[in-house]
Amino acid sequence: MDLQNLNPSSLKSRFTARFLRALTEINAPKTISSSSPREIFQRYRRIKVAADKSMAYSVRSRRIWSRATLWRLRTRSRSRRLVSFGRRASVKTRTTASHGKENKEHHGAVLGVQAEELRELVPGGEAMDLCNLLDETAHYIKCLTTQGFCVYMGGLLCEGCC
Amino acid sequence: MSSRRSRSRQSGSNSRITDDQINDLVSKLHQLLPEIRNAHSDKVSAAKVLQETCNYIRSLHREVDDLSERLSELLATTDNAQAAIIRSLLMQ
Repeated sequence: MDLQNLNPSSLKSRFTARFLRALTEINAPKTISSSSPREIFQRYRRIKVAADKSMAYSVRSRRIWSRATLWRLRTRSRSRRLVSFGRRASVKTRTTASHGKENKEHHGAVLGVQAEELRELVPGGEAMDLCNLLDETAHYIKCLTTQGFCVYMGGLLCEGCC
Repeated sequence: MSSRRSRSRQSGSNSRITDDQINDLVSKLHQLLPEIRNAHSDKVSAAKVLQETCNYIRSLHREVDDLSERLSELLATTDNAQAAIIRSLLMQ
């Protein structure tokens, strides 16, 4: 049945399971001032990280963009533990697809500015050749829409339970 | 579906990327975009598709941002028991 492929329904369930687990952790410490703007903002940040994490872990290392996201998340949590705010690790070096570099230049020049813009939006995009970039973008978009759907459903359910 | 594997018509390496391959991938991307304005969808240039893709990705990011913010505000009002209910409902 589920062969670890990008099957929308199984991605949704994998994502949702992880995301909900993270949500209950985020929601766990119930302080009296849990609805202060600062608390709300902090919870919002944690939800965002949880959503990105859930998405990347549901795809695992099958994709360049998910590997880049996982690496960035791990690096960020590591540097936060070390309390070294100066070390903004760049995503560039880990995910190398440097073969076909001349192709990147040739076709990249044709599609110019737009390809560069896209590289900044897709995790790990800087190191991809154009072929990979386009392929990864398609998968990334599908996962983003799934992510949005699951967060939306989470919101509806919370609303329904109020 | 491993689109990357089915894409490589050569011996599995990306060393000779053809324009056809690029066009294929671009049109595949084009199909994912929400069609709002374009009547002649087969005549859109690759640059335009990429531009629209960038805009679309940004709007998806914004959407997740807004939804996360909303969820954060909602979680301020639900309690732990309800969170457990939500979780068990969706785990089925």
